[in-house]
Amino acid sequence: MLKITPYRRHDPSSQPASLYEPYRSTLLRAPRQPLVLLPHTLSEITGPVYGHSDIRETDNDLTRQHAGEPQGERIIVTGRVLDDNGRPVPRTLIEIWQTNAAGRYRHHNDNHPAPLDPNFTGAGRTLTDDNGVYRFVTIKPGAYPWKNHPNAWRPAHIHFSLFGTAFATRLVTQMYFPGDPLFGYDPIFQSIADERARQRLVAAFDLATTKPEWALGYQFNIILRGREATPFERNGK
Amino acid sequence: MDFTPTPSQTVGPFFHLGCTEHASAGSLVTAATRGERIRLTCRVLDGDGAPVPDAMIEIWQANAEGRYNHPEDLQEKPLDPGFSGFGRLATDENGKCTFATIKPGRVPWNNGTLQAPHINVSVFARGVLKRLPTRIYFAGHPANVEDPALALVPEQRRQTLLARAEAARPSEWRFDIHLCGENETVFFDV
Repeated sequence: MLKITPYRRHDPSSQPASLYEPYRSTLLRAPRQPLVLLPHTLSEITGPVYGHSDIRETDNDLTRQHAGEPQGERIIVTGRVLDDNGRPVPRTLIEIWQTNAAGRYRHHNDNHPAPLDPNFTGAGRTLTDDNGVYRFVTIKPGAYPWKNHPNAWRPAHIHFSLFGTAFATRLVTQMYFPGDPLFGYDPIFQSIADERARQRLVAAFDLATTKPEWALGYQFNIILRGREATPFERNGK
Repeated sequence: MDFTPTPSQTVGPFFHLGCTEHASAGSLVTAATRGERIRLTCRVLDGDGAPVPDAMIEIWQANAEGRYNHPEDLQEKPLDPGFSGFGRLATDENGKCTFATIKPGRVPWNNGTLQAPHINVSVFARGVLKRLPTRIYFAGHPANVEDPALALVPEQRRQTLLARAEAARPSEWRFDIHLCGENETVFFDV
């Protein structure tokens, strides 16, 4: 017999709905049938150890990936990746992508008539350290229009992708900036019904992270699913 | 401190920039990889049956012996050093992407019986607010009838989890993912 310690299930109120009609793309893309509850087996408690070998020195500094410096407001985004037992998730890959300061992605499908920045790609990657800490230096992304509804604008955000320790812990999300006036109008942000849950996606300005004469600092902690039983419990302590 | 898990958000239409432009993984095999080579073409369709040209598919699978390349898989089966078991691709304008991989072996269910060979799949896309986990099984495999995960699925929907081989080319497998609509694929609460 295999001893499998499952990952804790999400409280549904901590997550967005699948179908959220104000976000129009969900209408043709959200499943309508109930999900089939799958017990965790080896397939779910294992997962890829991915991206560890090919991280370059400038991958976590999006302001140093080109010959010159990008336009915009330099920022530091840092935090910890923890599981829902409060334990650090060490050595896990974080990938980020974002617009430049003008709200334009370096992407062939982005037709927003805002300038591209030859010194900014908008993609970064890093591993958390042994304490689950990560750190990026980048440019504050811009808001941009999209066609979801008349005069629709996305609040400035940075996309985050994390693997964690298992297939069960995979997370793709977006980090927002405090006090954005577009929050109330953004159906992607509002797809999370619970106000406290939405606030978990908003980074906190942090003077201690801010580097004098250099860059504003933001703290953004990310919580992945943890195990139902802690190792202490498993040891009977 | 609040340790409630961070909410998911859609990957959006521009994920290529961070995830697949420089870090895609379409081929899981090298010349040294053990196992039966397959090419697995996934196609993602929306509720109107239209191809989804901006989805990202990730796959996670055991090696040919049925062992995952992960520290928590402690089975006494050989690891295949060159085989990570992870693949990731963006779909093209036809909603398709093709992985070169091997047929996985059977991995245990929690009571010690064996699962049928399967590949674990995550689907991400614009309009998909939470990752959609599903599984690919291989049509015609004799173990499918005794697979405990398939048994959890209403019988009339099990066929949505079957990849099918082309009659003339048995190493070419096709798997359609219907995000919603009449033939909606079974997605799992993982």
